Amino acid sequence: MAVNNPPTAVTPPRDTAAIALRERAAEYLVRRHRFRWPEALPWIACIAVFFLFPDRLTFGSQVLVMVLFALSLDLILGYAGIVTLGHAAFFGLGAYTVGLGAAKLGWTEPVSGLFAAFFVASLGGFLSGYFLLRYRGLTLLMLTLATAIMLQEAGNLRSDLTGGYDGVPGLVFDPLLGRFEYDLYGHTNYIYALVVLAVVFFFVRRIVYSPFGQALTGIRENVRRMHAIGSPVHWRLVTVYTIAAGIAGIAGALFTQTNAYVTLTVFEFENSAKVMVMLILGGTGRLYGAFLGAAVYMIMEDYFSKLSPTFWQFGIGLLLVLAVLFARRGVLGVFEQVGDYFAKKKGTKS
Amino acid sequence: MPQFAIIGVSILFDGLAYAMFLFITSVGLSVTMGLMGFVNLAHGAFAMAGGYIVVALTRNLGIGFVPSLFIAAVLVGLISVVFERGLYRRLYKSTDLEQVLLTIGLAFMAIATATYFFGPIPKSVPLPTWLQGDINLGFRAFPTYRAFLIIVGLVLISVLWYGFEKTNIGAKIRAAVDNRRMAESVGINVDLLFTLTFALGSALAALGGGLAIQLFGLSPSFAVLYLVLFLIVVAVGGLGSLKGTLLAALVIGVIDTAGKYLYAEAGGFFIYAITVIVLLIKPAGFYGRE
Amino acid sequence: MSAVPALQVQGLTRNFGALKVTRNVDLTLERGARCALIGPNGAGKTTFVNLVTGVLAPSSGTVSLNGQDITTWSQADRARGGLARTFQINQLFRGLTVLENICMAIGERDGENNNMWRSAGAKRSVIDEALDHLDSLRLVDDALRLVKELPYGRQRLVEIAIALAQKPRVLLLDEPAAGVPSSESHLILDVVDNLDPDIAVMIIEHDMDVVFRFAKEIIVLVQGAVFTKGTPKEIMSNEDVRAVYLGQEGHDAVQRGGGHG
Repeated sequence: MAVNNPPTAVTPPRDTAAIALRERAAEYLVRRHRFRWPEALPWIACIAVFFLFPDRLTFGSQVLVMVLFALSLDLILGYAGIVTLGHAAFFGLGAYTVGLGAAKLGWTEPVSGLFAAFFVASLGGFLSGYFLLRYRGLTLLMLTLATAIMLQEAGNLRSDLTGGYDGVPGLVFDPLLGRFEYDLYGHTNYIYALVVLAVVFFFVRRIVYSPFGQALTGIRENVRRMHAIGSPVHWRLVTVYTIAAGIAGIAGALFTQTNAYVTLTVFEFENSAKVMVMLILGGTGRLYGAFLGAAVYMIMEDYFSKLSPTFWQFGIGLLLVLAVLFARRGVLGVFEQVGDYFAKKKGTKS
Repeated sequence: MPQFAIIGVSILFDGLAYAMFLFITSVGLSVTMGLMGFVNLAHGAFAMAGGYIVVALTRNLGIGFVPSLFIAAVLVGLISVVFERGLYRRLYKSTDLEQVLLTIGLAFMAIATATYFFGPIPKSVPLPTWLQGDINLGFRAFPTYRAFLIIVGLVLISVLWYGFEKTNIGAKIRAAVDNRRMAESVGINVDLLFTLTFALGSALAALGGGLAIQLFGLSPSFAVLYLVLFLIVVAVGGLGSLKGTLLAALVIGVIDTAGKYLYAEAGGFFIYAITVIVLLIKPAGFYGRE
Repeated sequence: MSAVPALQVQGLTRNFGALKVTRNVDLTLERGARCALIGPNGAGKTTFVNLVTGVLAPSSGTVSLNGQDITTWSQADRARGGLARTFQINQLFRGLTVLENICMAIGERDGENNNMWRSAGAKRSVIDEALDHLDSLRLVDDALRLVKELPYGRQRLVEIAIALAQKPRVLLLDEPAAGVPSSESHLILDVVDNLDPDIAVMIIEHDMDVVFRFAKEIIVLVQGAVFTKGTPKEIMSNEDVRAVYLGQEGHDAVQRGGGHG
């Protein structure tokens, strides 16, 4: 009869089957967050690339930068469900923090530059997020878009400082950790970018599998219910937006450092759209979608745009349309569906 | 006449011409977004398509500029129905994100197609002699073409206002924008209504695209470059509001022009700043429903 | 009974433009109250729930929870203060498992969801408590199923389970059995009947059988204002209520409901 007993007061009678069920349920939640061996694959691939394509590592580090950028977007788009058209704003803030830091202040130490970029971009994320994240839909799309373009125009306005669309010239950074010089083939840069990506990835993975990350998923799934169960939705969103902005800033800083230049195009709408396309193609809300999407996009772009940029643009447009119509969960989603299909087949046989 | 007054009049005149282009191109987007809540980032592509059809008709077939505008509008209107029925329709109930992605994809494809056929170099259009030259009012000469654009804009505003406010179909559209479910329950066929307004909106966009060639030149990037402005006009004006779209077009048009006259280095900074300020204060725009 | 009412609403009014959707509503729920809010469609019942829970801001009037004025509080603050609700139309995390749905509510209640570092499944006490809640609603077997895969009736139970996991002092149930086939509705009504006697419960319900079985007090809302209130017997015998609201169909229900009383 006692239905709503607090769990500590009276323990309901449990038979062994019930206990087993509880164990299974608890195990399910715990196991989901554990490291699984397929997760090693992308990292192995990254290391393999280092040895297999030693002459393409400059391009390789560009890919890693975009993976990091897409990962930051996944945090807000894939997990929290915030649709933004202005994520390039934070990439740009990070890129210009180290760019101007090196050119104007002589701050040429790369690793501390990443921290500075994280700080500046996350500050930008906090300030804009605090005001913008009250809105949804078209209003939010336009606000994020306009904010990014405003930064770009502001940069152009002070082109004496930023170099405008010609960029900040003559950037030279200190050797990494004071020891490793940058070589012509980008070996140092590649390792540098890979290590930064791995460290950030570790943090992002912790966050999305934490109770906080779970709450973000809740906001994406049903924001009304989150309000009703007492979730401080606005602060959760501002928090994750700030973190994601900071990570985008790190990506931007890496971009500047590995290229040794930066121009105002980093703020462009095309940059925001491109990273979103990468993430969508890879699959949102699953961490490795950013990996796959950015890598596939960049490699295809590299290959096809050499053949014909027009053809490439048409292809990527077509791919987007097809993805929306037929594969809403991205490439990883398709893999999962195929996996589920075989798992089911196996299940029915045995 | 003192210098600042001449500049003031010039800003108003050029700003008004610019505003008319913005209004003509954006109004369809506003109404269709208001009706279906559909985020259509391919709207600029329809405008671009209109522009290229005008270029092709005038340059390759030797058809006059004004008839070409009409043909382009009708053609794009018809083509848009195919897209609406075939693609857009599937996503009315989808998320913003999916709509954004689908229409960005379409815009990319449109840009690539235009580049393939017309190349990346900006195109111009041959104008009839009566649209060339200036009208001299003594203190300043005004380009005839811009005066023409203003007149076309004013005529269209009157026609649209009449159609929206005074006709049966306009009343239905307003009812559906206001409360779609209610409109459906009293027997308005919102689906058909949407197809019609979508076609009309795309036709107007095509007209705007054709009219814009003389102002800005026409290159494939038009589809994305000006899209941001159309979206701003729609968001600032308020979805589905004719009045709001007009007001927003005037504000953006005049302020952007003023910025270019007085402080060219700032580029578009002011209009984006104003967009952010307006939307922060009135998230649904000037005349949008909160 | 404690002297301080669990929920007290005074002069609550809400206008949408010229339209008055809620007019000067007074209401008191004592600890452990069993109250039903009834009224014809469009009487403003759900608007009232939205005003009390903070989804909407009132034009005037006050809401107090356990003696504390919460009128200016956010929806989330009210929820953490012990005010829980269910929705007329399911508002669930459809892509998550039933267990995760419950854990979400517990996590928000305890502030656990602020944690960015620990793994979400690592706190066993949360999972155990969630399973206890599911146990009490006979939902354990579905714990690991996705909510969207459940039949609608069981989804309605999850809706209630989430609210109970908040350990509320006051619970507002907005048509808990709405849309559930009658063959399954007894499941939900059993749960409603057996709620913790300490919780003050207000139910919005159209089914007069349920109302008369459950409620000790009934409030009739008409056009946004309290038309009358009283015990089930008083409401049953009130000619005006029959005239404005119950009609012939309702009249029959009152007769049947009388049988229960």
